[in-house]
Amino acid sequence: MPLTREQRLSLHRRAKDLRKDVVNITNFSGGAHIGGGLSSMDVLVLLYFHYMKIDPQNPGWEDRDRFVLSKGHGAVAYVPVLARRGFFDFEEVKSFNKFGSPFGMHPDSRRIRGCDASTGSLGHGLPMAVGMSLANRLQGRTCKTFCMLGDGECNEGVIWEALMAASHYRLTNLITIVDRNHMMIDGQTEDVMAIEPLADKLAAFGFEVHAVNGHDLDALAGAIERGIAVADEDLNVTAGLKPQAEIRKNGHKPIAIIADTVKGKGVDFMEGQVPWHYGSVDSTLHAKALASIDRYYEAIFAAEGGNNG
Amino acid sequence: MAEPTGTTWNCYDAATMTAREIYGRVLCELADADQRIVGLSADLAKSTSIAIFEKHAPERFFNVGIAEQNLMGVAAGMAKAGLIPFASTFAAFASMRACEQVRTDICYQNLPVKIIATHGGMSFGAAGTTHHCTEDLAIMRSFANMTVIVPADGIETANAVRAVKDLPGPAYIRIGRGFEPPFYESENYGFQIGKAQEVHPGTDLTIIACGIGVLQAVEAAKSLKEVDGLSVRVLNMHTIKPIDSEAILKAVTETRRILTVEEHNVMGGLGSAVADVIAASGKGCAFFKAGLQDEYALVGYPEDLYAHYKLDANGIIEQVRSLLKVEFEEDEDWNDEV
Repeated sequence: MPLTREQRLSLHRRAKDLRKDVVNITNFSGGAHIGGGLSSMDVLVLLYFHYMKIDPQNPGWEDRDRFVLSKGHGAVAYVPVLARRGFFDFEEVKSFNKFGSPFGMHPDSRRIRGCDASTGSLGHGLPMAVGMSLANRLQGRTCKTFCMLGDGECNEGVIWEALMAASHYRLTNLITIVDRNHMMIDGQTEDVMAIEPLADKLAAFGFEVHAVNGHDLDALAGAIERGIAVADEDLNVTAGLKPQAEIRKNGHKPIAIIADTVKGKGVDFMEGQVPWHYGSVDSTLHAKALASIDRYYEAIFAAEGGNNG
Repeated sequence: MAEPTGTTWNCYDAATMTAREIYGRVLCELADADQRIVGLSADLAKSTSIAIFEKHAPERFFNVGIAEQNLMGVAAGMAKAGLIPFASTFAAFASMRACEQVRTDICYQNLPVKIIATHGGMSFGAAGTTHHCTEDLAIMRSFANMTVIVPADGIETANAVRAVKDLPGPAYIRIGRGFEPPFYESENYGFQIGKAQEVHPGTDLTIIACGIGVLQAVEAAKSLKEVDGLSVRVLNMHTIKPIDSEAILKAVTETRRILTVEEHNVMGGLGSAVADVIAASGKGCAFFKAGLQDEYALVGYPEDLYAHYKLDANGIIEQVRSLLKVEFEEDEDWNDEV
């Protein structure tokens, strides 16, 4: 179902607060991967505050939807999302990067409630998400696994090993989302190591590809809902112990979403700036960043027709 | 290869089966009793004999193709979702191609993935260094949470596979190509993870061996008794981690001379694990690590390589005799050595 105006506004409000959380964490932690955190936020908010079936009171619930942040350096966005979703108190996040904290630059599933996989070394998340999806399907669960990749991360060969496997197994209960923010540490993805034409590559690997604006909640919602619908349809057919060959014959192509995003989205002086892959914000920049987020959302709410911030 | 068949009293026949065939059969038996068990391979299902499991439970077998990094990542994800994955590939690829996945995805998250690494050491002799693996014990031993086992033969492989199934964390079982001669006659000798077994009594020197070295060491001990009148103890140190410190220190105290035997570089493997224990104890002893002396092995049949690198009975005898000539402080007062 498309998002209602109320839902969209509510998700924007959530994303606005969380973008401020990201800026705040970057400020008090001493430094964080803020650019890629901000680019991924709208996808994260849609998943965690609208689509994913999860229970913060029961993080180990077997039938829950899973999320794997393959671009683990996005922890600066992922951790506050988990906190605001109710897995733990945001107060705890104040220890971010500090001695003994559960929260470092990359998420630790053994220490963070609600975190489904430890990630950070690029290329490791998608294979684990493939394993989770295979295991959940084998055990007759109807849950889905969402996996978010970085675009630079797609340089890693093992990503393509995992994509090959997801396609081979017709793993539609896995929904792969690439945060296509066009930048990596050393520059533009197309300058450092070109990954285009990414959609064609994913399609050639056997995926149904949806390339959408990664900050347009409706466009993202449409792609995610297509993924969920395909997963449900296949899971009805393949639930339980079925020979792999049969599943492979009858299943749909798995869904890959390329979320076209802007690195640093919401903070004007960071948007599209390679050096803001990782950075720190002092009190001056901190205030400037928060003010920029306010302006960014004023425009969004104005376009929605009214002051809803 | 003929279809393996079990004997009437067991799921396998140790007299006619290779260690990896026995692994495949035991895995089938375990999987019948536990639906959480799944098998994975990376285009080496036949070579690692996990194909026996594939045939037995096809819906629970996953061949990810020639993609070992993905193999280990997928296994980790499966374990995260409640399964007990047994992942099989050659030792060289399990420990080196997929090294980071084993460390970061499996060990860091302390997941119950069981890695059955075949063709360890020089057992794939003619294949050369690309397919030898004389570094895996050092690598795997350095990963926190990992249990590392090198069974002496097929029967011990069966015991090890059964034992690791219910370990809450990861395990690495390193076996050979499967043509190694059997050492044990039955599974009932009290196998326990982390507990060395004395397989030959002795008081003059102790050989601490794992894998193919165990049989060779016992043969060496028998000859040394007959020819030299020496009393050589042999410990089957099948578990490299956690190492059996108690058995090592008992051997140091009682025999004062230790020879370790491993199909591995002498840096970081069994010998190093034993040396760590001895060094920490403050007790002196004569000590030598038999194995590859920081080099890559030649090409050849494994038995020729074992002879060349002094890992067969003759080579072990030679090294025992040299070690007996090594002088060290022999007084009974160890206080001045601490």
